Amino acid sequence: MELVVAITLGMLTSTGVYLILRARTFSVVLGLTLLSHGVNLFLFSMGRLTTASPAVIGLVENYTDPLPQALVLTAIVISFSMTAFVVVLALKAAVELRSDHVDGEDPNEDRQ
Amino acid sequence: MDIGLLVFLPVLGAIASLLSRLKQPGPDHVPTHALVALLAPAICLLLLLSYLPRIQSGEALVYSLSWVPQIGLDLSFRLDGLSWLFATLITGIGCLIILYARYYFAGKDTAGRFFILIQLFMTAMLGIVLSENLLFMLVFWELTSLVSFLLIGFTWSSRNARRGARMSLVITGGGGLALLGGILLLGQIVGSYQISDILTATDTIVSDDRYPLTLTLILLGAFTKSAQAPFHLWLPHAMAAPTPVSAYLHSATMVKAGLFLMARLHPAMGDTELWFSLITITGMVTLMVGAFVAMFMHDIKGLLAYSTISHLGLITLLIGMGSEMAMAAALFHLTTHALFKAPLFMMAGIVDQATGSRDMRNINGLWRTMPALMLITAIPAAAMAGLPLMSGYLSKKMLFSESLLVTAPHWANSLIPTWVTIAGLFSVAYSVRIFHNVFFNGQPVDLPHWPPRRKPAGMLVPLFILALASLAIGLAPQAIYNELIHLAVMATSMTHLPLYDFSDLANANVPAMMSTIAMIGGVVFYLARGPLFAIHRQLPEVDAKNIFEQIMQQSIRFAQSLVYRLENGSLQRYLAFILIAAIAPALGMLSGYSGWQGPSELTAVNPMVVFGAVILCLSAIGVALFHHQRLPALLLLSVTGLFVTLAFAQFSAPDLALTQLSVEVMAVVIMMLALSFLPQTSPRESGFGRVFRDLSLAGLAGIGIALFAYAVLTRPAETISGYFLANSVPGGGGTNVVNVILVDFRGFDTLGEITVLGIAAVAVFAFTRDLHLKERVASAGSAQGFAEPHPVILQMISRMALPIALLVSAYIFLRGHNMPGGGFISGLVTAVALTLQYMAGGLVWAQERMLTHFRPLIGAGLLIATITGLGSWFVGYPFLTSTFSHMDWPLIGEFELATALLFDLGVYTTVVGATLLILANLGKLMTVAGPGQEVG
Repeated sequence: MELVVAITLGMLTSTGVYLILRARTFSVVLGLTLLSHGVNLFLFSMGRLTTASPAVIGLVENYTDPLPQALVLTAIVISFSMTAFVVVLALKAAVELRSDHVDGEDPNEDRQ
Repeated sequence: MDIGLLVFLPVLGAIASLLSRLKQPGPDHVPTHALVALLAPAICLLLLLSYLPRIQSGEALVYSLSWVPQIGLDLSFRLDGLSWLFATLITGIGCLIILYARYYFAGKDTAGRFFILIQLFMTAMLGIVLSENLLFMLVFWELTSLVSFLLIGFTWSSRNARRGARMSLVITGGGGLALLGGILLLGQIVGSYQISDILTATDTIVSDDRYPLTLTLILLGAFTKSAQAPFHLWLPHAMAAPTPVSAYLHSATMVKAGLFLMARLHPAMGDTELWFSLITITGMVTLMVGAFVAMFMHDIKGLLAYSTISHLGLITLLIGMGSEMAMAAALFHLTTHALFKAPLFMMAGIVDQATGSRDMRNINGLWRTMPALMLITAIPAAAMAGLPLMSGYLSKKMLFSESLLVTAPHWANSLIPTWVTIAGLFSVAYSVRIFHNVFFNGQPVDLPHWPPRRKPAGMLVPLFILALASLAIGLAPQAIYNELIHLAVMATSMTHLPLYDFSDLANANVPAMMSTIAMIGGVVFYLARGPLFAIHRQLPEVDAKNIFEQIMQQSIRFAQSLVYRLENGSLQRYLAFILIAAIAPALGMLSGYSGWQGPSELTAVNPMVVFGAVILCLSAIGVALFHHQRLPALLLLSVTGLFVTLAFAQFSAPDLALTQLSVEVMAVVIMMLALSFLPQTSPRESGFGRVFRDLSLAGLAGIGIALFAYAVLTRPAETISGYFLANSVPGGGGTNVVNVILVDFRGFDTLGEITVLGIAAVAVFAFTRDLHLKERVASAGSAQGFAEPHPVILQMISRMALPIALLVSAYIFLRGHNMPGGGFISGLVTAVALTLQYMAGGLVWAQERMLTHFRPLIGAGLLIATITGLGSWFVGYPFLTSTFSHMDWPLIGEFELATALLFDLGVYTTVVGATLLILANLGKLMTVAGPGQEVG
């Protein structure tokens, strides 16, 4: 199962990295979201993966590691606010620069 | 401490000058300014004189204050014979220069600036000669370059001044860099930057492999500073500075810093073949070039500049020879040169101001109108020419007799005496020229001011004092040498040596002969100047400044093209660079690593997990594949998010699953909103090469992360969570350890997180506030049809759902401390419920019914959280310590009421406020007829 998780993490990272290297802001937003999924899962899996043992005292016998969970919980909220911010940044750039290219200018504009 | 005071006193003086300038601005107060400026240097000079007895007893005073001992950086100063001699020259001549400047700048507004800068320069210069630590010395060294830059560019409205200033800064600054390298190497070899340590480590230094490199770098610094060929070009162009600056920096003090450095390090690094050949040859070339070119300069200051170069070369040559007696001659000449060159520059300044010209083809026969100046100038001019009984005569004769003593290497033994004799001949010629041309040689030609303006007699006082000093050395060389210079020579050789015997010198025949040849030859040369000038005019003119300027432009263009090639403004490229920089080293270091598989046994494969993982991977790949079609890609992205949620749920993280779920909803809604303003497709514009590059980077990054994750997962876990698990109930009063960590153990982190959330929301508000919808990008909203923006069924259902949703969120909030839930999650649930109202009922409708704005909500949340944390201070506990008690709640049963709950309330409020602020503002963009006011 470790292998399955590792491959999934790698896949999320790969697709995320590929997308943040694209030229349009929306693709970059998609890529960032995928990358944050990957990073959150990666951090989470650092506490090792156990099933049916939530860290609630008295509920089960063995507890999973609560610390990565606490870290990831805040990370999820932070990546949410980052996504919102980046989205608005992309919007503003698109409206003001009349292009949604990451460099603010359409590379094809000269040729048209 | 007093030695340190010496260095920093002029800074205080500069501040005093600044204050006096502020208090009494305007050109009428120059005498007052000069008086204030004179104070600090005069005190320094008196202090130095008071040290003389101790120096004469052979003491080397060291004052030290430890500053950064880890890197060998101490604030320490050293006063021995050598630094005393230099410091005295610096402060003594400095006082006279300020006195001179009082008249030179009379009636000019710029005087104040000059007085400030000159004192700063004095500090820098004193710092060089008094620093005990070489690193400190370097700081002062660079400071002199900088102040010199400001002083050369003093009249910055002139193009010449600007160019000259830049040229000197580039050359001396470049040399400073080389010197830095050399000093660092030297420090590594010796293991200390203290001069005391370096001076006693001669054998270690000279036998080290790095000695040649170290010496070359240090000499580069010294040569550039002391205008040695081929770096001498900056000095003539530095003559664009006002004359007091030229007299002080560019003849008497700063250009001697390189010589000082060589003399200072001579005991540690000298007496090797490399030392001899590098320095001697450089000195010889400089001596000859300077002397020869000086003869043909028509500008008085230009002639003096080249003559200075020539004399600097002469002293360098003597230092290169390296014997004790040569050192004695070097320091003796250094002193005499400072004393005769400064007054000559001052004379040039007076003539310039009086007649409005410095061209010796026009200035002639001034003896009629300026007899006093002529009489005073005669002494330094004679000293420069080396006439008998003058100080220059002695130092030149010392040079001649030392040159005869050089026996090895074989090329030097007859070349050097011949060479110095010829150079001596030139120096006689130009000395005669400057004196005869200016004061005699017929009538003046076309001078701008004729008859010359009268200059106040006081302006002659500094010249007179310096000329007197020059004369004194010529008349009583032995006494002055014994009392003042001998100590410096001892410091440069670190041995006790016999005093230089001037009576021997008087009896030496060969040097006297060489001297006579030079003198007669020089006069003949001068008499033949007419035809010689004619020949010189035929020679092609080489303008060093233009060549330098071209080189500068070329290197700037080269640097620019290099920068543009790397940094072309493409964010994609920068991102790729960052990724490459992260991946490449890891690839290099880990390529042969085989220990990815850890010792732990693999857990059994669960078919459901595999199924989930496959969907997760497929949807992620789908997003990447179909990202050109934005809406489908977004839908696939939400599938990914959903399965991430499931993964959290599967692996014992209910809190995370709840959070991820509600965040996912909000994030997708936000992206949907954004998408309605953006193009619906992304063009296919990446070429094959680009796609290949990005795929490789992405692939490598993914493989790397997968390998790391696998390596960690197959190793046993060591966690620090035991403490949290054990103390969650007794210390935090809650059984949900994740929540207790968030609101209690790591509450400060959480406070930071919600602050970030709040800032992000406010930033979104600020961004959308003045976003003009009418200019939205093509293919936006209108095309998608808002036929029925707010369906009635949705409205009704959502209104009914609201109370239930709020109840659920309250429940999740209250139980959060003990069961999965808490402020983050319930905040998000509330936000989702309210968002639904906005979507169903429309912004205007919902906004009218909101009881509060969102920004106050964010602020209130942060305030609650912070005050809760501060509360624990008042009862004597650290920030954010929680306390709790049990109480019975009706219907719910026994309940723990922890202050952490209050903190969580702050989290809740902030999350609700921030999320709604973001959504409502994005939604505002959506509304064609906006609410007519700000949302938030």
